[in-house]
Amino acid sequence: MNFDKEFDASGLACPLPIVKTKKSLNDMASGQVLRVVATDPGSVCDMAAFAEQTGNALLQSGEEGGKYVFFLKKA
Amino acid sequence: MATKKMAIIATKGALDMAYPPLILASTAAALGWDVQIFFTFYGLQLLRKDLSGIAISPLANPAMPMPVPMPVIVSVLPGMQAMATSMMKAKMKKKGVASLAELRDLCQEADVKFIACQMTVDLFEFEKSDFIDGVEYGGAAMFMKFAGETDVCLFI
Repeated sequence: MNFDKEFDASGLACPLPIVKTKKSLNDMASGQVLRVVATDPGSVCDMAAFAEQTGNALLQSGEEGGKYVFFLKKA
Repeated sequence: MATKKMAIIATKGALDMAYPPLILASTAAALGWDVQIFFTFYGLQLLRKDLSGIAISPLANPAMPMPVPMPVIVSVLPGMQAMATSMMKAKMKKKGVASLAELRDLCQEADVKFIACQMTVDLFEFEKSDFIDGVEYGGAAMFMKFAGETDVCLFI
């Protein structure tokens, strides 16, 4: 999937993957896609909850090479 | 959708109890919530410029996991608190847990409002210069005004 920006949250624990994902989205334009990579297993549920509550669409959530990969489309 | 609001009363100044208010506040702010933390009693420690004194003690803390079983009488010995604190901090760093200072900065960047309880600031004889910038000072009535409008209100 194409994306406009990437944020690597590998090694970070709750709440940093979410809080820093939000920071990464701040300077993006509506409709742009952010790819987030994380190693915190808690980020799977958290990213879905973040997307649901903020209106940023979680286009894809999956695992890749032992890491969690998310694609968020900025609202 | 109306902006959700959360108010937290932070009353504890030990390392483990310092985290929940800052974790929840930074997360709620990332979700677009309007957040205030009212720091009172030992919670005021979290507003100090220097957070290095924030510690954890194995004493009277039977749930704290220790590398080796430790009788209570050993936990009383001088240096045990410092040792437990440095071990905990090292473990947190290894696991990618943010430092308190980092979480506090993230809260302030995300416009979480920090309010220091004036009564306990005076009680413990803190100076405003002991605290970071951007702190407001207020009392219970000021807290209730915001707390009464919140969706989530926590005492930690």
